[in-house]
Amino acid sequence: MSARRYHSQLRQRSAERRVETHPLTWRLREDGAVLGLEEYVEKDGYAAVREVLSHRSPDDVVTTMKEANVRGRGGAGFSAGMKWSLTMTGPNIPRGYLVCNADEMEPGTFKDRLLLEQQPHLLIEGMILGAYANHSRFGYIFLRGEYVEAARVLSRALEEAREAGWLGRHVAGSDFDFDIALHTGAGRYICGEETALINSLEGLRANPRAKPPFPGQSGAWGKPTVVNNVETLCNAPAVMRHGAEWYQALSGELSDDGGTKLYGVSGKVARAGLWELPIGTTGRELLERAGGMRDGRALKAWLPGGGSTGFLLPEHLDHPLDFDTIGELGSRLGTGLMTVVNEDQSVLSLVRNLEQFFARESCGWCTPCRDGLPWTVKLLQALERGEGEPGDLEMLDKLADDLGPGQTFCAHAPGAAMPLQSALKHFREEFERGVATPPRAASAAEPMPAGDSFTRS
Amino acid sequence: MATIHVDGQRYEVAGADNLLNACLSLGLDVPYFCWHPALGSVGACRQCAVKQYRDEDDTRGALVMSCMTPAADGTRISIDDEEAREFRASVIEWLMIHHPHDCPVCEEGGHCHLQDMTMMTGHDRRRYRFRKRTHHNQDLGPFIAHEMNRCITCYRCVRFYRDHAGGKDLGAFGANDNIYFGRHQDGVLESPFAGNLTEVCPTGVFTDQTHSERYTRKWDLQFAPSVCHQCSVGCNISPGERYGELRRIENRYHGDVNRFFLCDRGRFGYGYVNRDDRPRLPEWRSHRDDAGVTLEVDAALDHGADRLRRVRRVIGIGSPRASLESNHQLRELVGDDGFSTGIAAAEQRCLSLMQRLNQSCGLPTPTPREVERHDAVLILGEDLLESAARLGLAVRQAAQARHETLAAERDIPHWHAAAVRTLGQDYYHPVFIAYPTPTGLDDVTAARWALAPDDIARLGFAVAHEIDGSAPAVTDLDPGTREAARDIAARLMAAERPLVVSGGSLGSEAILRAAGNVARALSRRARRGGLVLVRREVNSTGLTMMGGEPLEWALDELASRRADAVVILENDLHQRLPAPSVEAALAAAETVVVLDHQRTATWQRAHLGLPAASFAEADGTVVSLEGRAQRFFQVFDPAHLRPETRIRASWRWLHALRADLLRHAAADTTLDEVIRDCARAYPSLAGIVDAAPDADYRVHGLKLAREPHRYSGRTAMRAHLDVSEPRVSRDPDSPFTFSMEGYSGFDQPREEVAFAWAPGWNSPQAWNKFTDEVGGHLRAGDPGVRLMAPRPGDHAYATSIPEGFRRRDGKWQVVMLPRLFGGEETSSRAAPILARAAPPALLLAADDVARLGVSDGDRLAVIGHAGALTLSVCHEATLPPGVVGVPAGLAPSLEAGEWARLATPSGHARRDEVRK
Repeated sequence: MSARRYHSQLRQRSAERRVETHPLTWRLREDGAVLGLEEYVEKDGYAAVREVLSHRSPDDVVTTMKEANVRGRGGAGFSAGMKWSLTMTGPNIPRGYLVCNADEMEPGTFKDRLLLEQQPHLLIEGMILGAYANHSRFGYIFLRGEYVEAARVLSRALEEAREAGWLGRHVAGSDFDFDIALHTGAGRYICGEETALINSLEGLRANPRAKPPFPGQSGAWGKPTVVNNVETLCNAPAVMRHGAEWYQALSGELSDDGGTKLYGVSGKVARAGLWELPIGTTGRELLERAGGMRDGRALKAWLPGGGSTGFLLPEHLDHPLDFDTIGELGSRLGTGLMTVVNEDQSVLSLVRNLEQFFARESCGWCTPCRDGLPWTVKLLQALERGEGEPGDLEMLDKLADDLGPGQTFCAHAPGAAMPLQSALKHFREEFERGVATPPRAASAAEPMPAGDSFTRS
Repeated sequence: MATIHVDGQRYEVAGADNLLNACLSLGLDVPYFCWHPALGSVGACRQCAVKQYRDEDDTRGALVMSCMTPAADGTRISIDDEEAREFRASVIEWLMIHHPHDCPVCEEGGHCHLQDMTMMTGHDRRRYRFRKRTHHNQDLGPFIAHEMNRCITCYRCVRFYRDHAGGKDLGAFGANDNIYFGRHQDGVLESPFAGNLTEVCPTGVFTDQTHSERYTRKWDLQFAPSVCHQCSVGCNISPGERYGELRRIENRYHGDVNRFFLCDRGRFGYGYVNRDDRPRLPEWRSHRDDAGVTLEVDAALDHGADRLRRVRRVIGIGSPRASLESNHQLRELVGDDGFSTGIAAAEQRCLSLMQRLNQSCGLPTPTPREVERHDAVLILGEDLLESAARLGLAVRQAAQARHETLAAERDIPHWHAAAVRTLGQDYYHPVFIAYPTPTGLDDVTAARWALAPDDIARLGFAVAHEIDGSAPAVTDLDPGTREAARDIAARLMAAERPLVVSGGSLGSEAILRAAGNVARALSRRARRGGLVLVRREVNSTGLTMMGGEPLEWALDELASRRADAVVILENDLHQRLPAPSVEAALAAAETVVVLDHQRTATWQRAHLGLPAASFAEADGTVVSLEGRAQRFFQVFDPAHLRPETRIRASWRWLHALRADLLRHAAADTTLDEVIRDCARAYPSLAGIVDAAPDADYRVHGLKLAREPHRYSGRTAMRAHLDVSEPRVSRDPDSPFTFSMEGYSGFDQPREEVAFAWAPGWNSPQAWNKFTDEVGGHLRAGDPGVRLMAPRPGDHAYATSIPEGFRRRDGKWQVVMLPRLFGGEETSSRAAPILARAAPPALLLAADDVARLGVSDGDRLAVIGHAGALTLSVCHEATLPPGVVGVPAGLAPSLEAGEWARLATPSGHARRDEVRK
């Protein structure tokens, strides 16, 4: 059991997880072991594929997906059905690719991992449906390199599925051909950006691509390509099986968004973990399910869905956690996994840590991200050491501003700017304390420049 | 057409471009880095941000990157908008974070795009107070110096090197703010276009290493519009001089020829101009074995005229590396019946054939720029990257243009470079190459056939027959070749603009006739195609138009004493024919007068040597392979810094010699007079008068300045000779002054631009100020005149088709393989080219290597009828067996196409001959 500590912890007992309410997790075993093909099929697995491939048209699948309004669970919240409807098809258009974005690297996020490690066939089934809807010839699972357990599980599951005829020529006895390859990444956060992912998949540098053209027009190797998050694809089988209306109804009055969300909590709480709940569940309920704050310390702030979302305050806990509501609060739902910060923790240090991560993970393509983010890190480090100078906060404001949407090549830098900007807004005084008066000289402990060793052989 | 609104002003623009392109074409200044007219947009640097408004009522607007935004009808933007200006200032501030403060010692300083953009954006204060990132630099070979610490990560280098020029060994490494542009390890950059990095890089990461030791700022260099003399393409160059030395060669924009890029032979092969051993004074030897004495000009002319007066008959040997004017003056001196072109007969036959084909095959010769717009290419017997590299780069663009065609089908604009590449992947317009060895374009070809020259010709003839059944058929064609011919023919016919490329590199008339038949067949089938024929030297085409006897004739005239004196113009005969015949002829001559700017083996045999001007010290006209007559202008007066020199343009020496010979009093002439004479003498060259403005051309009443207005040190630079500054050298031959005085602006359209400079634009990007639109043509028209055009008429097909190649026992057919580095006479006298050239080797088929029992690196002698050559062996997998590949540029002891023996080089060649 000790090794299991490091696995994603689903904190809901099997009794709570029912087929009617928990499309993602109802099959999962209490012991957290992998759901093999046999067990998956027993529990209604691949039923959606069988039904769809024999009775429904690709357009029909797209329409259902659209009506269910499955919004992209990777963090952007774009309607998956809408995305699928934009994939180019036609007599002169080659069949392209369906890519599963399993490069889960968002700080504080471990939801896809659960699905990948314990229920690989759900993803494969979702991908087959997606491929059918998008006329994809081949699928890729772009998996975070560190997810070695998931890689093992997926490889096995792909073999099982191929042997059982769910993949390959004539999927489930239909005229549809489709197979999936597992591709493990080399550990770049930016590969979670769909176009950077595609470049990386092609063997190119993991730089994002300019849109338009969208991947649905010209994606991997110039062919129409759909990139969906693991959780998004895992919703497809249930949507096809039970219909859009059912899916919409899962969230009831909580939210306009349909379905459930694999929420999670990490940080100084009693019981970090994952819960599949109707989308629109409040932060407070999540916090309660996590057993509240650890050691009786008070909540200071929380990130609603990963490192690239803006800080929210305790007063925001009663808002439903859905894409639009959190957006209106000036943050983003992101991956829906809360990171909580208690009163003892330094937001300045936390932000510095985040910015260091984002600066390191910049692909280096566009100037604001490549050269602006490291500057914020240096400024934050100076403030942390109490060596800040007058004007540093204003410079951080400006940098956060300049790194905003539309000004950078992709969403990486705006994502990095969000926690910085919100922290500067909510906890400015913490930053101000880092400004030395009178100014101190920079300490000698400054790290050596990173590039120094590059060409040394 | 589209109307766009920029800061409240209405402009009409083409509409197909992006906003940055449109604004720059309108003359509006928007700063940029990652965009380049030839490379398109990728949106990386974010420097070109402008504010875009949805419509008239939108007052807030949003920042957009002008390079990534279409200049669609009704677009409203502001460059001046406060937020846009601030954002652009932020961008330059970020870019400058790691940029060293080394402008004073940086070799980009003064023509640096980064400096220009920094000034334009108004950034002048560093607020970043932390440590900078540093990099190690690499040794990238003799041409390019590397200083990565200056890098601002615009990615233009790799985009040019890889995407545009097809290079593989320069890449982007690392991530975040630690991106490194270099090779995977130190080593010579492999691309023959690496030199363009010095201009593509917006700052000083890649700089011209040949310039480094004798570095001079752009503003301190003296320039003239010139034409590259290292091959027949006719690229326009801006050579820069200081202290009587050529310091560097920069690209001179020509909208139809080279546009933005040169090859490395042209850019770095100028060192021969600066050689210490160059003849700078007339030299005289009464007997050939005497040590020479130097003479003054008048004495030299008198001695020369005396000698020539005493002999019975003087003949002249011209040169395809000399100007039309110089060749013409030689012809004037010796008479029409005494003039040889100085070109070996075999090459001259090819040249004449090419001349006829260009007129009679029915297809026009496209400009290099037009080459890029052809959608199917057949290359017969040329490795363009070795024989006419810039043209090879154009063919690569033709192949890659398929990407744009595909992109257009998906509404992806042609300038959206990354998206175009993504969609295009490895789809290319079909390029077919028939050549014995791998070529530099193989990676974009649909197919290459490794064939012996005669088989290349047969393939060509077969293609012609497939296109037009009335073209003669090839008998005994093997089914594979027939299939190939059918495929090629079908693809050429399916194209909108098929292109046929061939040339004289392999010395095979059969190949040329075959290329002519393909062209003719396409023309008869009413295809809008083109035919490009590659000549060897800068003025091969011009000299062919002028006409004259081949070099063998001249040697024979001398050896058989039908002539007893010879005047040799800028021609090292030892480079053209085997030494024994050259020596015999020169020994038989009573008087040998040589004009050259190089101390060649031929110069050493002269009684009178007259120090000729190189292209850098003379004016003249040359005709490129597309039949474009172009004027090159004198860059500097060699006597200004070295008053003791007596270097003159050959045409001036020859005119003076003739005047002396005829005892005329007035000995001087001007370029314009010579050009007019020349145009009168050869009707086909009549157009050269219009190749450039004459010496009377003025802008606002001013001559044109050769020096930038910031040129410094003029009064001091001669102080070691004389404290009083002499009058600036006069230039009676051209509209240029040897001075910063004169017009050097961009606002008055002119064809001949010595150097590109506009206020705020010091880098080569200043050319955008001289063109009608970005990447277009010079506003006054691109320089030069085309002299060749197809003549109407029903021209017949060539019918003499060679037999298929058959290997022979104990003999190998010599195939001369052109080499970009080391394969050309004058550039091979430049140290960086020698350093860059691969060691010459004999190429043999793997099969032959095994049969001969030799291995790579073993030395073998190739023994032909007139001489032998010993080199180490290198096996070449695809070379046809029975053929030996001999690198060009070595002693001409072998003749292309002859059958030679191979032997171990032990001095007992016959006995040790390697038998199979």
